[in-house]
Amino acid sequence: MQALTNRSKMVVNKEMSFIEKLYLPAIMNGMRITFSHFFRKKVTINYPEKKRPISEVFRGQHVLKRDEKGAERCTACGLCAVACPAEAITMTAAERKKGEENLYREEKYAAVYEINMLRCIFCGLCEEACPKEAIFLTDRIVPTEFERGDFVYGKNKLVEGVEPAKRIDVSKRQSAAVLEFKKNPEYAHNQVWDPNKSLKKKAHH
Amino acid sequence: MPKVTIDGKEIEVPKGTTILQAARMLGPDVAPPAMCYYSKLSKSGGYCRTCIVRVTKMNSQNPNPMPKPVASCRTEVMDGMEVVNYTSEQVLTDRKGVVEFLLINHPLDCPVCDQAGECHLQDLGYENGSEKTRYDFERRTYDMIDIGKNIKLHMNRCILCYRCVNTCEQLTDGRVHGVLNRGDVAEISTFIEKAIDNEFSGNVIDVCPVGALTDRTFRFKSRVWFTKPVDAHRDCKKCSGKVRLWFKGAEVLRVTARKDQWGEVEDWICNECRFDKKNVSDWELEGPSRISHHSVISQGHYELAKLKLDTGRQLKNLKEGKQKSTAKK
Repeated sequence: MQALTNRSKMVVNKEMSFIEKLYLPAIMNGMRITFSHFFRKKVTINYPEKKRPISEVFRGQHVLKRDEKGAERCTACGLCAVACPAEAITMTAAERKKGEENLYREEKYAAVYEINMLRCIFCGLCEEACPKEAIFLTDRIVPTEFERGDFVYGKNKLVEGVEPAKRIDVSKRQSAAVLEFKKNPEYAHNQVWDPNKSLKKKAHH
Repeated sequence: MPKVTIDGKEIEVPKGTTILQAARMLGPDVAPPAMCYYSKLSKSGGYCRTCIVRVTKMNSQNPNPMPKPVASCRTEVMDGMEVVNYTSEQVLTDRKGVVEFLLINHPLDCPVCDQAGECHLQDLGYENGSEKTRYDFERRTYDMIDIGKNIKLHMNRCILCYRCVNTCEQLTDGRVHGVLNRGDVAEISTFIEKAIDNEFSGNVIDVCPVGALTDRTFRFKSRVWFTKPVDAHRDCKKCSGKVRLWFKGAEVLRVTARKDQWGEVEDWICNECRFDKKNVSDWELEGPSRISHHSVISQGHYELAKLKLDTGRQLKNLKEGKQKSTAKK
């Protein structure tokens, strides 16, 4: 049979020389290789004190965004859940009551919104399916937990804070093409209609 | 019996049949979409213009085409008539214009609307519309109205198809619900929000092609594609009792009438069956409903595929193939 590589050696039963019988040169040679590794550049880093640079569009822990006024953008339309290949997302919708307009952007909102981080494969399809620009994946890494149940993230962990300091910036996740697209008023399906700075007004009947 | 040709397919139909009915007899490949016509309601149709087709030959005596596109739900067939629907580029462009007009005032609130996933306007827009609107004026807006404790009216979403008005007129005695005003400001109303108080009023929810009339007992409970439809029946003194239950887990979230392949109700059901019987024990289950695999509702549901074995044809093909290959040699 022909050898697959040219590194194969024939086994010979040759008598060792005196120097070879001492073993010391072989040991020295081995130790030289071992010690030379001490002076190489380390391949590991001290995580979490030090972090490696990651891509701007890294797909980590999800965030549920609020709009400029602090109202939750999610309207529990279920498109993220139906797009999710891992079936990690579940939600229960509820109707907005009078006086809650500053809390929820639309007539309907997600009363319960849960992502099972153990099921999630961080593919980003939920982000792509979302018609309300409510869910985004961020550069945060989902931390480890001791209980399986703790990986089911509810709204308390997913929704970003109202204060400007607690907002999570996702502007870099939207490409220049998307931002340019959003400037176009005829595509502005995602804005809450404001009568003061509105488009043209229809002539009165 | 007049003979009509639609998209190159010929059919003989009884006198008085409309083009739309003839096209439906030929099957879904040639039948135009319809938003206002409802075969179970008389006098329906003629409002939405979705079903427009072009008549290229009037009849056997007069080979001239009709000058304008015609509403197929209101045009009767004549002997020797030739009609084009999907085979004509012109008809598709015409219909695209109609869809654009229907969507002028329709809000883009599908993520909120309970009808999304089984909405005829959604399908129509997806199949025949353009991806953006050219309309940048203010849309007409109305406040929501609760019609009784079970029905919600979102006038913003209404396309004024008059199906619900016809349903109330023909199914119930004494109409309490109709269209007020005219033209752009027309609206469905119950005359000063008077509740529709009738045993069959719930059927307006099923006939509504959009999300204008929705079930308040199902309001925001679940998206339709997360529920599983199951056919069921019960002994009902008022109606046929044949319904479709929409399950989420073991819970019945909604009861509707069964719909045929045109999205029309098969049997009208009463309000008791629709709104008050939401326990599984009230019903005798028949089995999962057949939902077209094109629908988002069938997403994630698995069915046994029916194998179509045509062994005779396959054997014949095999034999012919053999003969051909031997002849070559």
